[in-house]
Amino acid sequence: MDNVTLARATMGTSLGFHIVFAVLGVGMPLLMLVAEGLWLRTHDASWLMLARRWSKAFGILFAVGAVSGTTLAFELGLLWPRFMAFSGAIFGLPFSAEGFAFFIEAIFLGLYLYGWDRLSPLAHWLTSIPIAVSGALSAVFVVMANAWMNSPSGFRLGSGGQLLSVDPIAAALNASTPTEDPHMLVSAYVVTGFAVAAVYAAGLLRGRDDTLHRRGLVLGMSMAAVAIVLAGITGDSSARFIYQAQPAKFAALEGQYQTQRGAPIHLGGIPIDSQHRVVWAIELPGLLSFLAAFDTNAEVRGLDSFPPGQTPNPVIVHLSFDTMVGLGILIGLVALLFWILVIRNRQVPRRRLLMWAIVTSGPAAVIVMEAGWFVTEFGRQPWVVYGVLRTSDAATTAPALGPTFLVFFAIYVALAVTTARLLVLQARRNRAAQ
Amino acid sequence: MSEAEVVAAILWLALTAYVVLAGADFGGGVWDLLATGPRAREQRRAVAEAMGPVWEANHVWLIFMIVGLFTAFPMAFGILSEALYVPFTIALIGIVLRGAAFAFRAHGREAVGEASPWGVAVGAASVIAPFFLATAVAAVASGSIQVSAGRLISDYTAGWTTPFALVLGLFAVSMCAYLAATYLTVETEGTPLEGDFRRRAIAAGLVSGALALASLAVAGEAGRALLIALLGRGSPLLAVALINGPIALAAVWFSRPRIARVAVAAQVVFVLWAWVVGRGDYLIYPDLTINAAAAPSSTLTALLVVTAVGMVFLLPSLVLLFRVFKSRNPAAAIPPT
Repeated sequence: MDNVTLARATMGTSLGFHIVFAVLGVGMPLLMLVAEGLWLRTHDASWLMLARRWSKAFGILFAVGAVSGTTLAFELGLLWPRFMAFSGAIFGLPFSAEGFAFFIEAIFLGLYLYGWDRLSPLAHWLTSIPIAVSGALSAVFVVMANAWMNSPSGFRLGSGGQLLSVDPIAAALNASTPTEDPHMLVSAYVVTGFAVAAVYAAGLLRGRDDTLHRRGLVLGMSMAAVAIVLAGITGDSSARFIYQAQPAKFAALEGQYQTQRGAPIHLGGIPIDSQHRVVWAIELPGLLSFLAAFDTNAEVRGLDSFPPGQTPNPVIVHLSFDTMVGLGILIGLVALLFWILVIRNRQVPRRRLLMWAIVTSGPAAVIVMEAGWFVTEFGRQPWVVYGVLRTSDAATTAPALGPTFLVFFAIYVALAVTTARLLVLQARRNRAAQ
Repeated sequence: MSEAEVVAAILWLALTAYVVLAGADFGGGVWDLLATGPRAREQRRAVAEAMGPVWEANHVWLIFMIVGLFTAFPMAFGILSEALYVPFTIALIGIVLRGAAFAFRAHGREAVGEASPWGVAVGAASVIAPFFLATAVAAVASGSIQVSAGRLISDYTAGWTTPFALVLGLFAVSMCAYLAATYLTVETEGTPLEGDFRRRAIAAGLVSGALALASLAVAGEAGRALLIALLGRGSPLLAVALINGPIALAAVWFSRPRIARVAVAAQVVFVLWAWVVGRGDYLIYPDLTINAAAAPSSTLTALLVVTAVGMVFLLPSLVLLFRVFKSRNPAAAIPPT
C-alpha cells in the first residue's frame, strides 16, 4: 500500500481509538463531580461509593486516553509533516491552549485520584471542578483545530503558496467552530451518559437491584437524555452549515448525485457511483431541501456537478451519516421512554426489555460518535485542509509505514482488551467488598 | 532577544522540566525493572507511590513542547518528524506502553502483576523511550539533519544510528536512573529503602559520568558540532556542571538526600542549557536558525499570550500538586514486610 493510504489508516485508527477515551475524559469528571457533591449535601454513602468507583475506573481510562492522545500529537508530524509545516502556525494556537487545559486536568486528576485520604472532603470535591472544566475545554480547543481544517481561514497565501500573514484567533474562530464545537462537546456527554447507564442497567438485569445501581442508572440517563437532545439540535445546525460551506460533503452524506430543486432525502440505501443514484433507499420527496434551507424548493448541489477528484466517497459518508442519525434517534427514544416511565411511575423502571435497550445503547452511542467522525473526516476528502491542501500531498515519505500501522494496531487491541478486563475485575472487586 | 528566541527559550524550559521530572519517572521504571534484594517488592512499591500522583502531569511537558514546536516552528517540526521518524516512533511506542502499563498495574494489581507482560513493560518501556529520544537529540546536536529550501535532504538514518547517538542514548537512560534513585532517597528517608536507593544513585551517577566521558571519546566528526557549542558560549554553564557533578555525587554519598535531589537535577539543567546557550541562533544546526524557522509574528505573539494566561492557572496548580504529594514522606509509611 502507498504511504498516503497507510498514513490515513494509522491516523484514523489512532483517532478512532483515542476518541472513546477522550470523551469519557470529558464526561466522567462531571458525573464524579455531581455524585460526590450529592454525597457532601446528603451524606448518603451510596453517592460517595459511586464517585469512588468511578474514580478508580477513570484512573485507567484517563491514562489510556493520555497516552493515545500523545500518539496523535506525534503522529500529526510523523505521518503528515507537510500538513503540519503548512498549518502549524495557523491552527497551532488552540492546540497550545488545549495543552494547558490538559495539563490542569492531569494535575487535578492526580490530586483527585490519590487525594481521597489526604484532602478534606470539601477540598477533595473542589479538585473535581477543574477536572470537569478543563476536560470540556480540552475538547472545545482541539475541535477548533479540526474545524479549521473544514473551514480554513485566518491566513493569506502568496502566489507561490507561501504564507503571507496569519491571524491565529480568526483561524481558531473559523466558520465551522460555532457548529462543530458544540456538537462534539455534547456528544462527549451523550457517550458517557449512555455508557455509564449501560453498566448499571446490566447490573440491574443481573438482579443487583440496590440504591447504588438505581442511582448510577439515573445519573447516567440524566446526562444522556439532556445531551442527546442537544446533540440533535447542534447536529441539525451542523448539517445546515455544511449545506452552505461544504456542498460536496453535503451531497455525499445525503447521496445526492444530481443537482436539483425539491431534493428528496434518502433514508438508508447505498450510493452507486456508476449509476449516479442511491439504491434501496426510502425517498421522502422535498424533505432534504426543506431540512437544508427550510424551503422544499431549495436547490441542493449534487456530486455530479463537481469536477472529478473533488468529491469524497459517498458510500462511506452516506452510510456513516445515516448510522449516526438513525442510531442517534433510536438511543434518544430509549432515553425518552426511560424518563416517561420514571415520571409516570415515580420510580426507576426495571423492565427487562428497557434494561436491555439501555445496555445496548452504551456501545450504540460509541458507534454514533464514531460514525459522526467518519462523516466529518471522510466527508472532507480529498482535502486535509478543505480547498487548500490535498491529503495526498500531506503524507510523509518516510519508509516503514506498514509496520508502524501494524504495531500501533496491535497496541490498541492490547490496550482495549486489558482495559476491559481490568474494569470487569474492578467491578468484581467492588462487589466483593460490598 | 527576538520574539522567536523567547518562544524557543520557553520551549527549552519545557524540555528541561520534562527531563528533570518525567526523566525521573522513566528512571523509576528502570529501578522497577532492576529491583533486587530482600526488599525488591518494597522498592517497586516506593517507585509506584512516588510516581502515581505526578507522572501524568510530568508527561504533559512533552505534549506542551510538541504543540509549542509545531505552532511556533512548524517547518522545523515537519523536518524533525520526517528525519527522526524511526526513533520518534519507537520512543512513542515506549511512552504509550510505559504509561498504560503503569496505570494498569497501579489500578489493577491483582490481574496485572509485576511478572505479567504489562508488569515487565513498565520497566522495559522506561528504557526504550529515553534511549530513543536521546538518539534523536544526538542527531540534532551533531548537525546531521540537513535542510535545503525548507525541505529535508538528509536520509532517515542520519545522525541517530552513530556510536555517539548510542552512547548518548545510554547516557540518557542512566541519567534518568540517577535522577530517580536520588529523588527516591528523599521519598524513603529514614527507612531501609533509603540505603537501597542511595547505593543505586551512586552507581547510576558513576555510570552516567563514565558514559559522558565515553560520549566525548566517540563523538568524532559527528559530535564535534556539539562540543564546539558546549565549549563556546555555553562554557561557563558547562564549567558549573563539571563542578556540580562531584558535589551532587558527594551529597548522595554522604546521605544528604535533599541537597542531592537539588544538585542532581541542577546537573541536568546545566548541561541542557550549556548546549542551548552554546548553540545560540540555531534550531536545527547548521541549516535552520530559530528566526528563519519561526512562524509569523502574529502567531508568536498569540502563543506568548496564551502561554502567559495558561501559566497563571498552571503554576499554582503544579505547586499545589507537589505540595500535597511531595512535601511529606509517603513511602516512609510503608511497613517493612
